[in-house]
Amino acid sequence: MKTFIKSIFLFALSAVFMVSCAPSEKKGSKSNKGALAGNAAEKVYVAPGELDSHYAFISGGFSGQLAVYGLPSGRLFRVIPVFSQDPEKGYGYSEETKPMLMTSHGFVPWGDSHHPDISQTEGSVDGRWIFINENNTPRIARISLKTFETEEIIEIPNSAGNHSSSFVTENSEYVVAGTRFSVPFPQRDMSIKDMKGNFSGALSFLKIDPESGEMNIAFQIKMPGFNYDLSHPGRGKSHGWFFFSTYNTEEANSLLENNASRNDKDFIAAINWKKIEEYVANGGGKKVPANYAHNTWDDNSHTATSVMKKEVLVVEPKDVPGAIFFLPTAKSPHGCDVDPTGEYIIGNGKLAAAMTVHSFTKLQKAIADKAFDGDAYGIPIIKFEAVNYGSVEPGAGLGPLHTEFDTRGNAYTTFFISSEVVKWNVKDLKVLDRHKVYYSVGHLMIPGGNSRTPDDKYLVAMNKITKDRYLPTGPEVCQSAQLFDISGEKMELLLDFPTIGEPHYAAGISADKIMGKDGKKTTKIYKLDENTHPYAVKSEAETKVVRKGNEVHISMSMIRSHFSPDNIEGVKVGDKVFFHVTNLEQDYDVPHGISMIGANTSELLIMPGRTTTFTWEPKQIGVWPFYCTDFCSALHQEMQGYIRVSPKGSDIPISFTLDGDIPGAEEE
Amino acid sequence: MKSKQFILILLSLSLFIACKNDQKATTETNTETETKTEVATATKTDGQGQSGVAQGDGEDANVLQVAMTYKDKEGNMPFSTLVAAVKAAGVEDALVNAGPLTVFAPVNSAFAKIQDTVDELLKPENKEALANVLIHHVAPSNFPIKKLKKEAKKGRKLYMASGKSVTVENKDGKIFVGGTEILMSVKVSNGWIHVVGDVLVPTDK
Repeated sequence: MKTFIKSIFLFALSAVFMVSCAPSEKKGSKSNKGALAGNAAEKVYVAPGELDSHYAFISGGFSGQLAVYGLPSGRLFRVIPVFSQDPEKGYGYSEETKPMLMTSHGFVPWGDSHHPDISQTEGSVDGRWIFINENNTPRIARISLKTFETEEIIEIPNSAGNHSSSFVTENSEYVVAGTRFSVPFPQRDMSIKDMKGNFSGALSFLKIDPESGEMNIAFQIKMPGFNYDLSHPGRGKSHGWFFFSTYNTEEANSLLENNASRNDKDFIAAINWKKIEEYVANGGGKKVPANYAHNTWDDNSHTATSVMKKEVLVVEPKDVPGAIFFLPTAKSPHGCDVDPTGEYIIGNGKLAAAMTVHSFTKLQKAIADKAFDGDAYGIPIIKFEAVNYGSVEPGAGLGPLHTEFDTRGNAYTTFFISSEVVKWNVKDLKVLDRHKVYYSVGHLMIPGGNSRTPDDKYLVAMNKITKDRYLPTGPEVCQSAQLFDISGEKMELLLDFPTIGEPHYAAGISADKIMGKDGKKTTKIYKLDENTHPYAVKSEAETKVVRKGNEVHISMSMIRSHFSPDNIEGVKVGDKVFFHVTNLEQDYDVPHGISMIGANTSELLIMPGRTTTFTWEPKQIGVWPFYCTDFCSALHQEMQGYIRVSPKGSDIPISFTLDGDIPGAEEE
Repeated sequence: MKSKQFILILLSLSLFIACKNDQKATTETNTETETKTEVATATKTDGQGQSGVAQGDGEDANVLQVAMTYKDKEGNMPFSTLVAAVKAAGVEDALVNAGPLTVFAPVNSAFAKIQDTVDELLKPENKEALANVLIHHVAPSNFPIKKLKKEAKKGRKLYMASGKSVTVENKDGKIFVGGTEILMSVKVSNGWIHVVGDVLVPTDK
């Protein structure tokens, strides 16, 4: 029996060999013997103590977070909490971070993060901020690349499923949001079957403050009720335009699997945002009531603030003639990508075998010539032939999704159904190379991919399905990234590494742009003397415990290797105890943690110089310990304290000590 | 080779920069002085242990960084013998770790008082014995002067990293450890340095 199975296996293997004999590449099933025969291992080996050359920020998808990896090693450095609570870091649990997750629907502990994009200056990624959109409760977050923390989250009103986001223009003028699920605009109680013609899809342009990075919705374009899937900005010659792919131009409200695929072509919406910006600057658009959260983080007070905004400026396409056009594109296009020169706009029709390549030059001429093929809800449809540069017929490729570029005139497109990356020349539309990926690739990323200056060295393919690629972990297995070297004529697969959640897109950048050449650009500590948190303490002498009714506020400090105070009495059942804890360290990489038995929340992990708060509502009398949760120092295990909890109505006064004395008391 | 040169450059840079700050640290008896000794930053550890990690902007210096760069009013480096001994014993990394540590740092003249013993200990074959003497100057945990006064009052001994203990006495407000007076104190990122005029020799008492 065993031999029988073996022979079947051998037979299957030889079949694999026969099927997969790609030109010029010797491949043994999926074990990548080619990698050993060549120098792939050497290319990804970052010796102990050495640093990676690039950062890769890989979307955490349904984890709601953003993961930071090094390339070429594929080592995971940090998971930045963005849209989901993270008990490891206290994000969304501490009193200071809770406002970051406020929305018009109240506190939402989870999000579906999608497409990270790095800020740009003059068409190149500049490493200042990274933006990422949330699909479920439409939002965009901005993360500082100095602190690697989420600094801002803004909700997008009149919108649902913010998918075609959060891409940035070439001088970080705007970051955009789009509506994947068209909805009534404004929301109202109506029958679903009346959708057609009555829903809208808002495309939002958020102005980015060039100094602080703060986002504000400059205007929302009230587009027809299609599904707006992905988008990319024009660049170079097409700077000032933005391109959004659409599907379900059928406006089906049920079983979209079939009903949204009836049209042979959907559209890419081409938006001349400079024209609309001018229209708005001249008083155009209409302010309409709205309700959306704008949450900002302050590094001095170490506290987030959530403000509900009540108004948004809405622009009707018909009011800005000459600003918006539809470009017919085959078929239910997903990715909508613009090459580094800004000339070619590529629509990846996920249900077509071909990629549609439009020309920006032809688009300008078609507009001038009014080469229109009717309109959709008053928006001119450009004649396909008048704007189309050509199509890529990739042969066996099926299900193109996303395209990125190098600086040598090549494009790289992922094919979900046929599980491969195809390299092709943008000008002559010829396929140059193809490489299998394992399996069902979604996005791909070339560092600086959404810019005029991509990096020509690496490509990361992000796969939805891994099946047998890693040790099995029960029914749920990881999704993954695969690193390719694209510096040569042929793509070379170098490395597999697992990702967190679902790796929807990623953004990459050379490490020195974030670290600085001297390694000094990122934040190492928060300066204690700049801490403006109302409960911050700058020394142990300032630590104290104050009762305000049934609230007890502990202004506590932590330093190697003790808390001050560490003995507290006078707390009663029914009190609400606030631990406002300041890490007094001013030394890199010396965080302390704190947790209290019975606290219905996460630990806090507090960086040097920062003050953070958690609450504890003791329900049982007794003497209860708290302790440092991060192995901070040689005497970490000694870093602990006690709180005495007395019955409700007890008359024991508040007292607090450190080693028997009031903290900071002079001992003569 | 390159990295060695780099370290040398770094070192000399750090000495140069440190000159600016020597006014900050006073030599008054029993004065706790906060010092922020700036040391040039590098991003690499150059194959050393943690002692190769450079100090960053705005960060406080650790025990070793202070000992290596501190200058007195006359511009002398009072801990050069101590630093040389630390390097000879190979215990640099122990002085830069997270701690917390309290280091009783003998000045050069303290070593000079027992020059013969020092010469003997500096021989390569006595590396372990030297290390043992040096770690007898290190108490795990933070012991600022205030805390030492409390220890003296309560008649507690200080447990040292050598596994032995030393006495703490308060004589008219002057603090003595192991029988020698603390001349000045410096807060550092990973604990405290108390300067002393004698080498503490481990005894079985």
